[in-house]
Amino acid sequence: MSLKRKDLLSLAPLSADEITLILETADSFKEVTGREIKKVPALRGKTVVNLFFEPSTRTRTSFELAAKRLSADVINFAPSSSSVVKGETLLDTARNIEAMQADIIVLRHSSAGAAETLAQGVKSSVINAGDGWHEHPTQALLDLYTIRQRGMNFKGLRVAIVGDVSHSRVARSNIFALVKLGAEVRLVGPPTMMPWGVEKLGPKVYHDMDKGLRDVNVIMMLRLQLERQGRALFPTIREYSRLYGLTAERVRLADAGVIVMHPGPINRGVEIAPDVADSLSSVILDQVANGVAVRMGVLYLMSGANS
Amino acid sequence: MSILIKDGYVIDPGRFIGTADVLIENGKIAVVGPNLSAPAGSRVISANGKLVLPGFVDVHVHFREPGFEYKETIQSGSAAAVAGGFTTVCCMPNTSPINDNQAVTEFILERSRLAGLANVLPIGAITKGSEGKELAEIGDLRRSGCVAISDDGKPVMNSLVMRRAMEYALAFGLTVVDHCEDLHLAEGGCMNEGLISTELGLPGIPAAAEDVMVARNLALSELTGARLHLAHISTAGSVRMVREAKSRGIPVTAEACPHHFTLTEELVRGYNTHAKMNPPLRTWTDVQAIKDGLRDGTIDVIATDHAPHATQEKQQDFTEAPFGIVGLETALSLTLGLVEEGVLSLEQAVQKLTSAPAAAFGLNKGTLTVGADADVVVVDQQEQWEVDPSKFRSKSRNTPFAGWKVKGRVNVTIVGGRVVFEAAVES
Repeated sequence: MSLKRKDLLSLAPLSADEITLILETADSFKEVTGREIKKVPALRGKTVVNLFFEPSTRTRTSFELAAKRLSADVINFAPSSSSVVKGETLLDTARNIEAMQADIIVLRHSSAGAAETLAQGVKSSVINAGDGWHEHPTQALLDLYTIRQRGMNFKGLRVAIVGDVSHSRVARSNIFALVKLGAEVRLVGPPTMMPWGVEKLGPKVYHDMDKGLRDVNVIMMLRLQLERQGRALFPTIREYSRLYGLTAERVRLADAGVIVMHPGPINRGVEIAPDVADSLSSVILDQVANGVAVRMGVLYLMSGANS
Repeated sequence: MSILIKDGYVIDPGRFIGTADVLIENGKIAVVGPNLSAPAGSRVISANGKLVLPGFVDVHVHFREPGFEYKETIQSGSAAAVAGGFTTVCCMPNTSPINDNQAVTEFILERSRLAGLANVLPIGAITKGSEGKELAEIGDLRRSGCVAISDDGKPVMNSLVMRRAMEYALAFGLTVVDHCEDLHLAEGGCMNEGLISTELGLPGIPAAAEDVMVARNLALSELTGARLHLAHISTAGSVRMVREAKSRGIPVTAEACPHHFTLTEELVRGYNTHAKMNPPLRTWTDVQAIKDGLRDGTIDVIATDHAPHATQEKQQDFTEAPFGIVGLETALSLTLGLVEEGVLSLEQAVQKLTSAPAAAFGLNKGTLTVGADADVVVVDQQEQWEVDPSKFRSKSRNTPFAGWKVKGRVNVTIVGGRVVFEAAVES
């Protein structure tokens, strides 16, 4: 089976089978990342362009490593260091890159839908590396990979996603994928951080964190954007932390084998207590490590190298 | 020169409906009646099987001149207007510079005279620079030719300033027009807030952002007695409140745009920037409420909010792309769609495009009364056509209706007794 898509823009339209295929493909590359020489020739002669309109270190680095381990040529293109001038549209920029025979464009952009708009205009494959509040598909895929790596089954799995769901692309991608895979998704946070009608997409919403965490198998913490205090989403960091911060006591409300995840970067002591972040339940660094394998899998599938 | 329009089905809302001839002399309506004979040297237009209507009045267009001539000019906008059957259009003041003073008003009127197509009547700003702080020189604006005042697109957020504007406008009998949107609630949103904005991760504009301001404006109109016109209402809540206000005699009129009674927020899927307008496309329930409001008279006026934008602007990603679509060349067909659907009678539809908007702004337009300016359109109600933006007279192509197969088209447009538009006879 292969992924019959030109682009990976969001997880919403993917079937459970397609998601599983990506995770299984990542498995085979996970082995490569453990070798002494961490390189395979799968994408030799292909060009991958990282087009990042928003600053990002970890996602860009992860994509870059993934592409390099597949022997692709990688170019990093950031607006600050490029000739992107006011007036040049996203599409113009992308078409210029395409004219240099880029096979795959990895796009990070502050606007929801930017990846979709781009994909409609270029023949290259487009991978969404985060668009506004919309989706961050590869982050969710590496989260799923990490859960699966722990031997957990998605069917009936209880997953709590805690924090500002409204403004989180990581949350949206995970909601779409987890619901599709049969997990019970709980969203935990104040009503100001829940997007309109989100329960119609499948999850249950909890405003009381202690109730939301009861017996869950996975806790996904979202990063609190501290500047949102000024937009009346929460009164103070202190109160947010008391109501929705993950402490060791709260972890004990969950299933005994619970794992704690975070997409990074962490606000230690705000949404997650330092001892929890560093505890045995924490798989935060596994997520980072798995990110490379998952992105290798995605790049490989999008390159058409397997067809 | 005189023009005799023969054998058309004449609809002069509230005054006359039936087959008749219309004689135009010296730029005015001379006679409407049966079996008129053509004076020597007059042009005869056969309207057999066609509708003969007062020229349409659009109280809400953006002609972009001065300042944004790459989007539209008064010339190109007027050409689009008369092609769509609009003989009078009122242009919003959000040009550059803003139309908050006599010089800009006079410039617009002069450009309109040079274009020689539609009557282009300026709407002046409520506040200086449309900044919502100090009143513009409203008396001067009125004297130099403005027909209403509005800070369209930049709603007056300070309720005291709005109260004073309404009071002050009373001195000149000017209608105060408001784009109802609480900018704090809208918070930089770019589509309707609802399940689709949740799925797409786009910042939403809740219906409440409109409702709150409609409520405020109705309260201020009640307080001051000023004539209030609500631009492009889009929510069920607005319709409900306007209905209630009218029942209590508050002097309010309201308009709806064709896209708000034809399309829903579903169209945004795929991040379609031609579905980005402000107010945003709403839900099916809101669309039904708008239709109910049009039917029972709560909504008096159909206006286009004709908002031209260049192709490259609409090609930006969804959050960056500007709000708005062009509407002058599709409004008639979409309005006739409501007649086809049974929402409006043909007379009601014509009224909402002619006499009702004229009345909302106190314009002596939109009628075929003897002695009125001879602004007349001949319409083929049955003609089917496909919307092809490349054929628009407007400079801009930003429409969500491209490729739509619609019915009803303008054959001839007459302004002040001159034929300013004639559809090419397809061979």
